[in-house]
Amino acid sequence: MADLTNDFLGVKSPNPFWLASAPPTDKEYNVRRAFEAGWGGVVWKTLGAEGPPVVNVNGPRYGAIYGADRRLLGLNNIELITDRSLETNLEEMARVKSDYPDHALIASIMVPCEEEAWAAILPRVAETGADGIELNFGCPHGMSERGMGAAVGQVPEYIEMVTRWCKKHYDRPVIVKLTPNITDIRKPATAARNGGADAVSLINTINSITSVNLDSFAPEPTIDGKGTHGGYCGPAVKPIAMSMVSEIARDPETHGLPISGIGGITTWRDAAEFMTLGCGTVQVCTAAMTYGFKIVEEMKRGLSEWMDDKGFASTSDFVGKAIPNVTDWQYLNLNYVTKARIDQDACIKCGRCYAACEDTSHQAISMSPDRVFEVEDDECVACNLCVDVCPVEECITMERLPTGSVDPRTGKRIETDYANWTTHPNNPLAPAAE
Amino acid sequence: MTSQLTPGIVPGRLGPEEIGKNFSDLHAPLDRHEATVAADRCYFCHEAPCVTACPTEIDIPLFIRQIATGMPEAAAKTIFEQNILGGMCARVCPTETLCEEACVREAAEGKPVEIGRLQRHATDSLMSRQGHPFHRAAETGKRVAVVGAGPAGLACAHRLAMKGHTVTIYEARSKPGGLNEYGIAAYKATDAFAAREVDWLLGIGGITIEYDRPLGADLDLETLRTDFDAVFLGMGLGGVNALDAPGNDRDGVADAVDFIAELRQSENLTKLPVGRHVVVIGGGMTAVDAAVQSKLLGAEQVTLAYRRGPDKMPASQYERDLATSKGVRILTHVMPKAMHGNGSVAEIELEYTQEIDGSLQGTGETFRLPADQVFRAIGQSLVSGLGLDMAGSKIATSDNGRTSLDKVWAGGDCTPGEDLTVVAVSEGRDAAEDIHAALTGA
Ligand SMILES: Cc1cc2nc3c(=O)[nH]c(=O)nc-3n(C[C@H](O)[C@H](O)[C@H](O)COP(=O)(O)OP(=O)(O)OC[C@H]3O[C@@H](n4cnc5c(N)ncnc54)[C@H](O)[C@@H]3O)c2cc1C
Ligand SMILES: Cc1cc2nc3c(=O)[nH]c(=O)nc-3n(C[C@H](O)[C@H](O)[C@H](O)COP(=O)(O)O)c2cc1C
Ligand code: SF4
Ligand code: SF4
Ligand code: SF4
Repeated sequence: MADLTNDFLGVKSPNPFWLASAPPTDKEYNVRRAFEAGWGGVVWKTLGAEGPPVVNVNGPRYGAIYGADRRLLGLNNIELITDRSLETNLEEMARVKSDYPDHALIASIMVPCEEEAWAAILPRVAETGADGIELNFGCPHGMSERGMGAAVGQVPEYIEMVTRWCKKHYDRPVIVKLTPNITDIRKPATAARNGGADAVSLINTINSITSVNLDSFAPEPTIDGKGTHGGYCGPAVKPIAMSMVSEIARDPETHGLPISGIGGITTWRDAAEFMTLGCGTVQVCTAAMTYGFKIVEEMKRGLSEWMDDKGFASTSDFVGKAIPNVTDWQYLNLNYVTKARIDQDACIKCGRCYAACEDTSHQAISMSPDRVFEVEDDECVACNLCVDVCPVEECITMERLPTGSVDPRTGKRIETDYANWTTHPNNPLAPAAE
Repeated sequence: MTSQLTPGIVPGRLGPEEIGKNFSDLHAPLDRHEATVAADRCYFCHEAPCVTACPTEIDIPLFIRQIATGMPEAAAKTIFEQNILGGMCARVCPTETLCEEACVREAAEGKPVEIGRLQRHATDSLMSRQGHPFHRAAETGKRVAVVGAGPAGLACAHRLAMKGHTVTIYEARSKPGGLNEYGIAAYKATDAFAAREVDWLLGIGGITIEYDRPLGADLDLETLRTDFDAVFLGMGLGGVNALDAPGNDRDGVADAVDFIAELRQSENLTKLPVGRHVVVIGGGMTAVDAAVQSKLLGAEQVTLAYRRGPDKMPASQYERDLATSKGVRILTHVMPKAMHGNGSVAEIELEYTQEIDGSLQGTGETFRLPADQVFRAIGQSLVSGLGLDMAGSKIATSDNGRTSLDKVWAGGDCTPGEDLTVVAVSEGRDAAEDIHAALTGA
């Protein structure tokens, strides 16, 4: 069985699966049980400054988006950082860490944007023996209105400044957690690196309203007739998170900066995908909140099985392996020509491919009176929509046209050479042909 | 104490509790969550094959999507626009040979979308909460006579009333519904659904039913043709095919449809007599229903005897599986030779058959089964004599139910086509549209 032990910034954990800073990591009771259940590490629920803790709403704080059979696809919350006292949290962290020295324990922190506040809390966190800290710049609700969290996360200069303070007052790894509620994720990541961050983690939750109640005409979750935007997470956000991760991984400014991947990770496969995009560890919140701690077992077994199949001895063998294949659109090979192919034996004749192509794409699928669906190569632009809407897996595939053959749509011969938009004659910015 | 082993035709073989259980809903209704999950399986097919397979062409993907989006009552309207007896059809349609057989998920996984149960979920939702969902158009002053208050007649009358015509239904019996009320297996339409559905349907207004008014004796077709602007015949099949085997007239030998009608009208099934050894002759839906319900009443042994092979049986595989799951034994390639007994029937003698070049012949080898009750279920036939052109034993019609007589339309079991509730509904509805067009010159 593949070895899942993980080393991220020198922080060791039995596996790369950490619980993200959130309710699952809000207290000693949870974290002990999480470690017993097999989680490799936790980022403790975000700590606030000394003094009276924040208060949460006393009505519903979650909203959800469902797929078939009430499968939870997206979760939204209006929870704040920990509502327990700093003292209690620090005591619990110290106890847990001493009982689980081999597991990763990271302290998530959000205090006002003043150096004294950080200088005050960091030594106390260090005393607990925590393996590192994560700066919560990402909370999209409640805290940002108080000048903390996402508000700081949206101003790269503040990120750099706060990170620098942390590096000054704390000697273990500093991870900067990024908010996705920003136009270009590379900016805050670059700022974190410039401030001396050891790593970034992303994404935090996305600003969202999950539903509006059509009887009370208020957003849900509704507190006494009113609602507010919350933070969106769960399977629905994974594509957004992976895109952001990949941008950081391949940008020259941030390339090589260690990343802890977060956002919708639910299965071993999700985790593996994030890791191939450069994440040295992954964090999970919604999946644990939906199914309980036990899901880590599937993640561990699945990842290990896949690693064995691929011949990977340790996670470092594949972390970042997909980064070289993430490129910009203009570098995609325009001489790569494919056509949709329908496997008539697998086809169940639902006609979805036809409706999709006929109504919204390129009128490239024909339908006979007895419901035989066929691709017309002279119209098919290989957009993949039929593949995506076909309910039968592998029923429609994209087959590459062999070199030398003629694309019936364009009448052009298929070339072997790679050629992209940057040199295409239709591109006004392309260098003139020699 | 009467038990399943008591000889003869006696009531009370089972106690009230067991009878109650046996005759409860065959398929429990889907609750809201189950319906959402079931609805989610629908692929919303393009020009969906299930719609083509439904004789009333209900827009199935649309109504299922309406259930999925939390609008079962709107879904019901989609159904009722095409099939005003969508509630009954949801319960009695042999979906395994109609919509669900054509469902692409049947091809994909052998597990179709549960169209019938979803249809029931939608129609039940609306019928339990709302009044009649349609409005009658302004009165046209045109009057139409409908003969028979079965599915065909009711569907025709409803559509005509909706268009503003005034309808009088002449019904031979004292209750409406036709075979919905007297024929369909009890466990398919529980809690007096047939009667409730008719009440609800009549909510459209403009329809009067005259009971105990059979076309024939005091009422002839010519009178109707003169008194009304149009006539629709939906009188079903009143007769039953005869069985010519010696002993056919013995006590204990009866028509399955009469037994079923009696069962359907019985207030207390523990009081309904049934034999210990029941043999049903036939292979259609009526035969299966008679056999299954005999068994559910407490008959010890029930045998269904069909003269051809299982592949030729008109009852679907699903119906046959239902029968065997309830403990009915199905014998194929056997035909009745004689009913023996001393007064009442005590034994049935069956002969093996074989098909040679498509024609059925006895092999000469016979055997006997104990039988204190024998039901004939070898088909119903039309009692006619109306002076209309016939197509075989049924009233000949053109596409929209026009008969050979001017101003006279017909539909349902009395005309060619499959004898199914949903077919009767579609024929009644289409005839109504044609009558409307004829009366208004549309
Ligand atoms: C036992 C049995 C079980 C069945 N099970 C199913 C099933 O599960 N699913 C399914 O789809 N189909 C089933 N069928 C078939 C279905 O019931 C019929 O196809 C359907 O009822 C036909 O409708 P109809 O309106 O043409 O005729 P009917 O339902 O027969 O209605 C005819 C009406 O006309 C009246 N009438 C007859 N003669 C006259 C007259 N001279 N004057 C005035 N009124 C008259 C009758 O009293 C009756 O009310 C079953 C049939 C039987 C016999
Ligand atoms: C109820 C809830 C509370 C959260 N609280 C915090 C928090 O205090 N600090 C923090 O950094 N992130 C917080 N998060 C964000 C998660 O740590 C994580 O970044 C996000 O949920 C995306 O991961 P997921 O898709 O696996 O849930 C919270 C998320 C949820 C659902
Ligand atoms: S979507 Fe797939 S299964 Fe449906 S008709 Fe097209 S190829 Fe066949
Ligand atoms: S009416 Fe019958 S055949 Fe038509 S969709 Fe409904 S259940 Fe299926
Ligand atoms: S064939 Fe099946 S999946 Fe397709 S629309 Fe009809 S019920 Fe839905």
